[in-house]
Amino acid sequence: MKQEAFASSSDRVEVCEDVDVTNILRILEKHNEDRGGLIAILEEIQGEYGYLPEEALRIVSDRSRRSLVDVYGVATFYRSFSLKPRGKHLVCACLGTACHVRGAPRIVEELKHQLGIKPGETTPDKEFTLETVNCLGACALGPVVVIDGHYFSKVRTSRIGQLLDEARKGFDSAEIGKDKRIFPISVSCPHCNRSLMDETLPIDGYPSIKVNITHDHEEGWLRLSCLYGSHNIAAELDIPGNTVVKIHCPHCGLEILCTSDCSMCRAPMVPMLVHGGGVVKICSRRGCKNHMLDLV
Amino acid sequence: MITLRINGLDVSVEKGTTLLEAARFLGFAIPTLCHMDGLSPYGACRLCVVEIGEAPKAKLVSSCTYPAEEGLKVRTTSSRVLRARRMILELLLASCPQSKTIQDLASKHGIRRQRFKQEYEDCILCGLCVRMCEEQMMAKAIGFRNRGENREIGTPFDVKSDVCRLCGGCMYICPVCQLRCTYNEPEKAICGGCMNLSPPCIEKEPFDDMMCYMDPCVACEIQNNK
Ligand code: SF4
Ligand code: SF4
Ligand code: SF4
Ligand code: FES
Ligand code: FES
Repeated sequence: MKQEAFASSSDRVEVCEDVDVTNILRILEKHNEDRGGLIAILEEIQGEYGYLPEEALRIVSDRSRRSLVDVYGVATFYRSFSLKPRGKHLVCACLGTACHVRGAPRIVEELKHQLGIKPGETTPDKEFTLETVNCLGACALGPVVVIDGHYFSKVRTSRIGQLLDEARKGFDSAEIGKDKRIFPISVSCPHCNRSLMDETLPIDGYPSIKVNITHDHEEGWLRLSCLYGSHNIAAELDIPGNTVVKIHCPHCGLEILCTSDCSMCRAPMVPMLVHGGGVVKICSRRGCKNHMLDLV
Repeated sequence: MITLRINGLDVSVEKGTTLLEAARFLGFAIPTLCHMDGLSPYGACRLCVVEIGEAPKAKLVSSCTYPAEEGLKVRTTSSRVLRARRMILELLLASCPQSKTIQDLASKHGIRRQRFKQEYEDCILCGLCVRMCEEQMMAKAIGFRNRGENREIGTPFDVKSDVCRLCGGCMYICPVCQLRCTYNEPEKAICGGCMNLSPPCIEKEPFDDMMCYMDPCVACEIQNNK
């Protein structure tokens, strides 16, 4: 009788959505130390899934000799971790002292009203999650609202509707051209120095970078956005996320590869020469967003 | 050895001894709530405050966590200490007025009024149960979670813990809930120990083997009434 009300923990793991054990193990291995590094591990898992799935935490505790109580304690201690799936867009309003006196409660009210949810909740359409924090360290600019990692200062209630609309469309598309961190580059092959730029199929409104890839014995082209900071691509082959591809120059056919590995996922990095001097390196793992630019 | 002076008496103690241990060695009573021999000091309740140093730099510290220092002057019952202790007790009483342990301590310290709103919390976050479970039962079934005003004790994901030994140690030691066996109200259980009963004690004889702290126990009463 009573027992049925309490699903035993092992049942619950099965109903949990798909968490790839090998994936979690890969993350654990990267931080292969016994203690310490727990926050980094959890951050990475959250980066992958958008939240911390129960099964993932159980695997972490199992495989890294930490007790589940400790892992769970850390995961619930920090606001930046979430144990519930979050919406596509994360809206985070500061309710710290400075923002508070500058009118943050009204901003939160307006957000609650427009989204129809309370802080900590996600809209039914899974678009927005609303959260509050206590100080983001930008007090002079309060009230501060952070949407998908973009900071907005001195926010007024009248601006909220517009901000949410922009978020829906995606800031990345809205801000290209305005945002100085996103700018176009032209690149060429490090072996034959011929240009890789291709105007026949523009991405983000700029000529794309065209290379050939091999994956699973198939060959095809891959076009990358030439905007540094944009991750938009077009590809002939359907590459599943998390696979490492080989990249060749379409002119000389040599594989483009460098000796250094990605600092985030350990896949090989792909170097390309930037016109005007410098090298840009991108990670060869599909889905890994690591890239570096060294201008000379 | 370290020599310090407690309430005017010199005492020599081993390095690493806490002020509480030193004072108790000399026979000075200091009330404690979150301290228990056999568990690591935690310093959560602050009830064991003492005053150290000389005016005007004297300060209040929790004696259960403060290690003895050479030449330190300690006062365990100065008026400042007593005032602080009464305030702490009054606050504890306001958060858990139903706790017999806290009621007793309050009455012993002459608290005759309640200036604060009574909250009827079921936990003062003293951490005794967590340390009991980890250090004496080697189970680590329950722990702290969340933070700030949401901080609470529980099992991960709020499901019955796989590693709980159902020993009842956590409930036995708790100064607030003084829960007995929660067999008939499992949703109130902290550790969920009784949630998967069929009580082991009912099925197995002899009962003594159960390593159980619970007394009285609802399950046992059911058994006896049969
Ligand atoms: S009953 Fe379970 S949670 Fe409580 S102390 Fe024993 S092992 Fe720990
Ligand atoms: S449940 Fe009891 S023993 Fe555990 S922290 Fe709370 S008050 Fe202390
Ligand atoms: S007396 Fe029996 S039912 Fe009660 S806590 Fe102990 S083992 Fe559980
Ligand atoms: S109070 Fe909002 S940034 Fe500090
Ligand atoms: S007994 Fe020292 S702080 Fe609780």
